[in-house]
Amino acid sequence: MNDPTNKAIGKPLDRVDGRLKVTGAARYAAEFPLKNMAHAVLVQSAIAKGRITNIDTSAAQKSPGVLAVITHLNAPKLASPQSGGGDSSGGDAQVTAANAQSGESGSAGGENPFEKPVPVLQSDQINFYGQHIGVVVAETLEQARHAATLLRVTYREERPATVMAANLANAYKPQSLLIPLKPDTQRGDIQGGLKAADVQVDHTYTTPNEHHQPMEAHATTAVWDGGQLTLYDSSQNVNGVQKTVANTLRIPPENIRVIASFVGGGFGSKYPVRGHTILAAIAAQQVKRPVKLVVTREQMFTSVGFRSHSSQRIRLGAKKDGKLTAISHEIHTQTSVFEEFIEHVGVATPMLYDTQNLLVTHRGVRLNLPTPTIMRAPGESPGMFAFESAMDELAYALKLDPIELRLRNEPERDLEKGLPWSSRSLVESFRQGAKSFGWERRNPEPRSMRDGRYLIGMGTATATYPTNRMPSSAKVRLLADGSAQVYLAATDIGTGTYTMLTQIAADALGIPTERVRVEIGDTKMPRTPGSGGSWGAASYGSAVQSACVAVRAKILGMARLDPRSPLKGLSNVGMDIREGRIFSKRDSSRGETYQEILARNNLKVTEAEVESTPDEAAKKYSMHAFGAQFAQVRVDPDLGMVRVTRFLGTYGAGRILNPKTARSQMIGGIIMGIGMALHEETVVDDRYGHFVNHNLGEYHVPVHADIPAIEAFFVKENDPHVNPLGIKGVGEIGIVGVAAAVANAVYHATGKRIRDLPITPDKLL
Amino acid sequence: MKLRIKRRRFGQLMIASTLVTAIANFPQRTFAQKKLLSPTPPSSMEASSVPVKLRVNGAEHALEIDPRVTLLDALRERIGLTGTKKGCDHGQCGACTVLVDGRRINSCLTLAVMQEGAAITTIEGLAQGDKLHPMQAAFIKHDGFQCGYCTPGQICSAVGLLNEGHAKTDDEVRELMSGNICRCGAYPNIVNAIQEARSQQT
Repeated sequence: MNDPTNKAIGKPLDRVDGRLKVTGAARYAAEFPLKNMAHAVLVQSAIAKGRITNIDTSAAQKSPGVLAVITHLNAPKLASPQSGGGDSSGGDAQVTAANAQSGESGSAGGENPFEKPVPVLQSDQINFYGQHIGVVVAETLEQARHAATLLRVTYREERPATVMAANLANAYKPQSLLIPLKPDTQRGDIQGGLKAADVQVDHTYTTPNEHHQPMEAHATTAVWDGGQLTLYDSSQNVNGVQKTVANTLRIPPENIRVIASFVGGGFGSKYPVRGHTILAAIAAQQVKRPVKLVVTREQMFTSVGFRSHSSQRIRLGAKKDGKLTAISHEIHTQTSVFEEFIEHVGVATPMLYDTQNLLVTHRGVRLNLPTPTIMRAPGESPGMFAFESAMDELAYALKLDPIELRLRNEPERDLEKGLPWSSRSLVESFRQGAKSFGWERRNPEPRSMRDGRYLIGMGTATATYPTNRMPSSAKVRLLADGSAQVYLAATDIGTGTYTMLTQIAADALGIPTERVRVEIGDTKMPRTPGSGGSWGAASYGSAVQSACVAVRAKILGMARLDPRSPLKGLSNVGMDIREGRIFSKRDSSRGETYQEILARNNLKVTEAEVESTPDEAAKKYSMHAFGAQFAQVRVDPDLGMVRVTRFLGTYGAGRILNPKTARSQMIGGIIMGIGMALHEETVVDDRYGHFVNHNLGEYHVPVHADIPAIEAFFVKENDPHVNPLGIKGVGEIGIVGVAAAVANAVYHATGKRIRDLPITPDKLL
Repeated sequence: MKLRIKRRRFGQLMIASTLVTAIANFPQRTFAQKKLLSPTPPSSMEASSVPVKLRVNGAEHALEIDPRVTLLDALRERIGLTGTKKGCDHGQCGACTVLVDGRRINSCLTLAVMQEGAAITTIEGLAQGDKLHPMQAAFIKHDGFQCGYCTPGQICSAVGLLNEGHAKTDDEVRELMSGNICRCGAYPNIVNAIQEARSQQT
């Protein structure tokens, strides 16, 4: 049978969960009403390195309403990444030893780093400021919060190392990165390539520590029923939570149910499991009541990961005509002293442009700070700021238009993988974007454009993000009334999962979207990967599509073989479905509805569960989304204040399931990128090792007044290779290159090249 | 009060002892987990609760609560109206915005006991039965949210903004909505939604 008519896919359907969200009815992790709930509050270390020599909990214990005070002195023994669940191959002996005592998770090499045990409160060792050292459980939040201040802690404090620049001498080469990219990538002859160049640029760029800070604080509500544990968790990855908590508490995963119906943003911070989720489970076990634990906004700065500071030296060489002869990208980022996460900052560099001579290196520095983690477009976000700033510098050095420079280095294939592109719309994105943005109005001379007393600048940069797909399963039930239910463990962190799966199921079954109900965010449902890596739509969508096809085939099979059916004897290709009615393509009057088929067979429901895995054929291509970012800025020449006054992003990202929600994703990425460019920086006080600006008043994320009207559109791209639905994923590409486009616009406006983010007024004065 | 003096003296002693032993690079130190910003309530008061009547979305709720309970926590944890969100608990993000006598406030920055007698409207009280408030409908139409967590606060704030009557241009809307952070970055869509709801008003 032919694919059913694609009615819902591609339409700007309003979010199907919209009504729940605008009426306050959508329930997030801390909002499930449970009888007899107790409240837990975290206690965190006030030093960055050393040991706890004593914790006096007597005052807290006696405080009204207190049910339990748990510290390393009385916490249950948990699995460590070495003792259970994880492998012990990664990391050196010192790291391994520290890891076992750390109270945080391990990610060094080997198995899925997002399923390893997360030990917490296992020793007196302090590795960073704000490490969990206790949890207080009380009848009410107020009582728990007060009692948490009554703990009296004695430390033996050591001098912490918390600033990367001061510790570069201790940089080391990691064994592996999170993704299959080697820490060092080389091809050709980098020195020869630089020598052969007519023009070279050689600069170092830095990005600061940045925090995700989704609006919903991380939270877990834990409920034990005998040996069964239910966790309402603010998570991007319910199956990951199930596995990790099982590994940590040493209980079977099937004894754990994780529910995340709605998740108030994540951006990566809610992908890994965190110590507070383990503590909520332990606390609930101890007080034998449901326990709600909400991480405070302040605590979120040390408890749920962040994006590492990066320092990136870039050397580019080019011939006079702009052809690149060499690209060198040498990267330093930080990790913690007890586990390893080295961000793959150079991930896009080897494949982006046409060059024979390339060097990309990653080095790490261990600091007494929490372990960094994945944050929206990990790798590309900081890496492309540096690389695309350097490309702009090269364009100026060559006196070449920055778009033209990129077009002249457009590679025919992925030179690193040696594979053809499944599709690549970078040139088309620049072409259409430049036209729409009015790039031709740009006088390339710095400080040449003005609006009254303000300096105006226009800048551009490339965006790119890989197309990923993970194995995923889904179950679809077609009911006797002709409506469908779709079940899978997947999460919707604001990306529109509920909506796009509704559209996919509606089309695959040939029924209207109103007749589809999608239920996700629950480990009781078929297993899926978490929401991350921009793979949600491709992974979940492919699984739902396959499950719908299986259900449809079952029902059509019944009809075809049934003498009572008007469809008897018709082949699959001879039939079509519309509005839940199956009919012969030759004679549309010959047909019947799902309801009729199910009723005649006395069936209340027909269902199918499938596991969908990526196609081997996809390995024959290099698969990425590409785009072009365009920024216009207005700079106050006296005060150094930068405002983004216009922004346009143009992307080729395969098939767009829902232009409304996809556009929102792009705009959201751009806005986070503007924050990265102009505002966001978490400052460490090197004396004490704590993040000084640990609140939303001082860690500046963009607010309404910072953001102009933003445009984003997709160039038409039909990619038959990525996956059967032609989806590339849009969760992350929106942020990539934004900071570079803004920095390049600031240079155009002012003639000042800011190589250290964020671009604050002090750097322009 | 006794405890407070003790704590203070303890702190002074600690400062002195820290100075004395400062030569020994990072000595052993003891401190309470967090400095209390307000005096510790006497223990008799801690356990006590006070009666308060809150009028939320037209319904009266008689509560017996700890006087430290914020309006936000009273709504979420006592009354069960979890539509009002806790984003930062510090008045820095606007997720907890509700309308009190028609004016938008951060419900995390006011104690429940201070709001007796006030007319409190939360996100749950905006729709008329099945019929959404025009602001709610406009947010859906313009996709003025993604994860949805800041949304109740954005919508209550936007309704309050229109009540105030001084936002006309997009820039004015942006300026006067800047107390409501959206980390997903739905700002342009929110502005469009507010402007549509505003145009329907007149």
